[in-house]
Amino acid sequence: MSAIGKSHEEEHGHHHHKETFITKYIFSQDHKMISKQYLVTGLFMAIIGIAMSLLFRLQLAWPEKSFGIFDAVLGKWAPDGVMDPNVYLALVTIHGTIMVFFVLTAGLSGTFSNLLIPLQIGARDMASGFLNMIAYWLFFLSSIIMIASLFVESGPAAAGWTVYPPLSALPQAQPGSGLGMTLWLVSMAVFIASSLLGSLNYIVTVINLRTEGMSMSRLPLTVWAFFITAVIGVVSFPVLLSASLLLIMDRSFGTSFFLSDIFIQGEVLHYQGGSPVLYEHLFWFLGHPEVYIILLPALGITSEIISTNARKPIFGYRAMVASILAIAFLSTIVWGHHMFITGMNPFLGSVFTFTTLLIAIPSAVKAFNYITTLWKGNLQLNPAMLFSIGLVSTFISGGLTGIILGDSTLDINVHDTYFVVAHFHLVMGISALYGLFAGVYHWFPKMYGRMMNKNLGYLHFWVTAIGAYAIFFPMHFIGMAGLPRRYYSNTAFPYFDDIADINVFITISALITGLAQLVFLYNFIHSMFYGKETEQNPWKSNTLEWTSQIKHIHGNWPGKIPHVYRWAYDYSKPGQDKDFVPQNIPLKKGEEELQH
Amino acid sequence: MTVLLILVILVLVTISIWQLTKIFELSQPSIKDESQIANDKDNDFQGKLMFAFLGFIYILTIFSFWKWGDVILPVAASEHGSNFDSLMWGTFALIFFVQTVTQALVHYFSYKYRGEKTKKAFFYADNDRLEAIWTFIPMVTLAVLIFFGLYTWTEIMTIEENDEALVVELYAQQFNWKARYAGEDGVLGNANVRFLQDFDGKNLVGIDVTDPNGFDDVVTTELHLPVGREVIFKMRSQDVIHSAFMPHFRAQMNCVPGMITEFAFTPVITTDEMRQKPEIIEKVKKINKIREENSKELIANGEEPLDPYVFDYLLLCNKICGASHYNMQMKIVVETPEEYQNWINQQQNFSQVITN
Repeated sequence: MSAIGKSHEEEHGHHHHKETFITKYIFSQDHKMISKQYLVTGLFMAIIGIAMSLLFRLQLAWPEKSFGIFDAVLGKWAPDGVMDPNVYLALVTIHGTIMVFFVLTAGLSGTFSNLLIPLQIGARDMASGFLNMIAYWLFFLSSIIMIASLFVESGPAAAGWTVYPPLSALPQAQPGSGLGMTLWLVSMAVFIASSLLGSLNYIVTVINLRTEGMSMSRLPLTVWAFFITAVIGVVSFPVLLSASLLLIMDRSFGTSFFLSDIFIQGEVLHYQGGSPVLYEHLFWFLGHPEVYIILLPALGITSEIISTNARKPIFGYRAMVASILAIAFLSTIVWGHHMFITGMNPFLGSVFTFTTLLIAIPSAVKAFNYITTLWKGNLQLNPAMLFSIGLVSTFISGGLTGIILGDSTLDINVHDTYFVVAHFHLVMGISALYGLFAGVYHWFPKMYGRMMNKNLGYLHFWVTAIGAYAIFFPMHFIGMAGLPRRYYSNTAFPYFDDIADINVFITISALITGLAQLVFLYNFIHSMFYGKETEQNPWKSNTLEWTSQIKHIHGNWPGKIPHVYRWAYDYSKPGQDKDFVPQNIPLKKGEEELQH
Repeated sequence: MTVLLILVILVLVTISIWQLTKIFELSQPSIKDESQIANDKDNDFQGKLMFAFLGFIYILTIFSFWKWGDVILPVAASEHGSNFDSLMWGTFALIFFVQTVTQALVHYFSYKYRGEKTKKAFFYADNDRLEAIWTFIPMVTLAVLIFFGLYTWTEIMTIEENDEALVVELYAQQFNWKARYAGEDGVLGNANVRFLQDFDGKNLVGIDVTDPNGFDDVVTTELHLPVGREVIFKMRSQDVIHSAFMPHFRAQMNCVPGMITEFAFTPVITTDEMRQKPEIIEKVKKINKIREENSKELIANGEEPLDPYVFDYLLLCNKICGASHYNMQMKIVVETPEEYQNWINQQQNFSQVITN
């Protein structure tokens, strides 16, 4: 093993003669290194986010009980080891923020867009390596600010990850709306800048830097998904930036964009004429597309992995692209379904119900196409494939309950209850995490030149798959019983005493599932240094990234960039010797390219 | 509870030991197949596990309904509640059907088509007709759902002011609720947070004294509603967003500072009638058994036991509003019109409150 490490060091000098440690590993402009930086930062944030959820799950299962771990981790915020309600709210807020933005937006899309866009379209790097580097470091900075907010005297932001004003705007309303909230907003502003720079780069790269023969209709679905995700990001993230800036103005400079007629702590405040509902519109104009910013890359990744491992073309390539486009378009006109009962005009509610339920159509098309791709395949059940199949399963389970939540009538009684929590964790949280895991297992050889241990991967998958359902399936029942989310405990309502055992069941499942993630971490870190060295194309895949050199070099291909002659899904094509034909292999004499 | 905790810890410790040994064992170099790529043996085993996982999903579903099925969707106590419930159960039936079938397909295919070295996959890239079918079927199904959904929504949300209806203001603040009844004139007086400090804080919801309609208004901390009469709620908040959630009435609306929001429903079952319903008797019995169990532990620690539970309708806050969000509640009493009249007559109106 050490010999390999040495030769790596020696060769290092030959290929990158002008690079120092700092330009190679820290301020790198190489998309492959940046992708690894995103991944490692994302995983680090995921550890924090998931650990937080385990803390508040303990409180929910055994409310107001004393735990040594609270004493140790929360200190003065858990007097005698009993969690303080303000801290509970802070934990759910930061858990949501970290998982949604830092792990599943930057961690997932940042990692795989950076790794795969240039490699799969046949480009030497991103359109602007420099901007790409800046984007990562802004993300890093925003992570640091978010983590720093955990250590301020009054505690981090605690108004829920949606930070609705006036709760988030008034320091009098809760301790978390003090300095912690300011840091939250600053961190988000920096994060959005990072996300925009990244997205613009992805868009420009996909449009301009495709290798010869790589027409849009030959793009792998991963690249389609990353490309459209970037477009949604560019359309919607600026709106959140403006909402954040206006909220900063209200908080610090006395404006009244979102505030009006407020009496708090014995004092009438000066705010006049603003509306919190305006903030909700601005927030969800990003907030809903954000769901697809998270989900589409995961769906792109699974499309690729399912096709490769089924040794079959993805079924209905055109329909898959069309449904990505349809979902992207619809995602920007459904935000109001988060606001059916906010006092918005009920007629608007009708419009948003209509557009929202329409999204089920392209989603159903995707699900059925996945299922048909599995049909009569020759499934290679690698860990990445298991996670991809797992994604299809949770995407269906979680997506279906969306039909209830998207219906304004039914939303009346399940809005903001645990039913919502169960729904979005399955359809977007768990599904996207599965996408992330699938991507890591599949492209680990490309990133680190080594293989991850498959048996540990299997163990990780099965404990996670069982755990995820055991956590979120029963949670629907708590919601249907009427228990609101973001409740520190349900002990104030004897009416909910009969759901206490569901909470215990969920928490135990969560603890076990959380623990199983350590297997992944171990596998990840161990394989990075000691994993078996990979062959050129371990999964026998068609896409261009497997033609690039195993050992990373600037520019990806030592000689010419390969040309592309076919789509990415010629698996088990009749008349071919092997069950895969990479994109850079010219058509045989008389072979026809599929009209896809 | 401690027993349970110890059990949990034991389970966790066992699992971690098991996993640690597994890690140790697996990280040892094995002679056979080091490729880390699934071979036929892996495919066979994982494929079978996939099929078993389908069983797990079904069993978890059945188990959950068997064990917790009785907590969901309490008896509807409002006029529109039954429409709501039929839409809910109809949608549920559809979801269940689709879930059962598609999960079976996903996991059965993963098992049935598990890979073998000698096999070759079926090259099948496209079928316009199939895709048209599964675009069309969801489209029709959703059209039906959208139609019924919007019909019910419009019915619930179309609020027409009328003389018959009772107008009640729900007033939210960190962390309690108040109700304001319009009094004899049936009109709520104007109000604003600017007036909250008038009359040494006795002006609990900020009624404007320049508006004569306000003097007969009645402010209470319990919500009493006469059965069978439409109630139009006008909702206000003085500080942050709250949400008035009344699950038994299938009713919810946010209370937003700076604006007045509305919701209306007709309660059809009185609190007393509700307490006589077999489902509720069953539920109360179950809850009291749990409370007795929990009380035993409290008594053993020298603390007060829990009060026995009696059913009441609930108004909960359902929008995060600060530290005591989880305990922001008001009791709702639905009673006969006579009982309601008696109760409201006993309350002091605004002019009485400020002159006292």
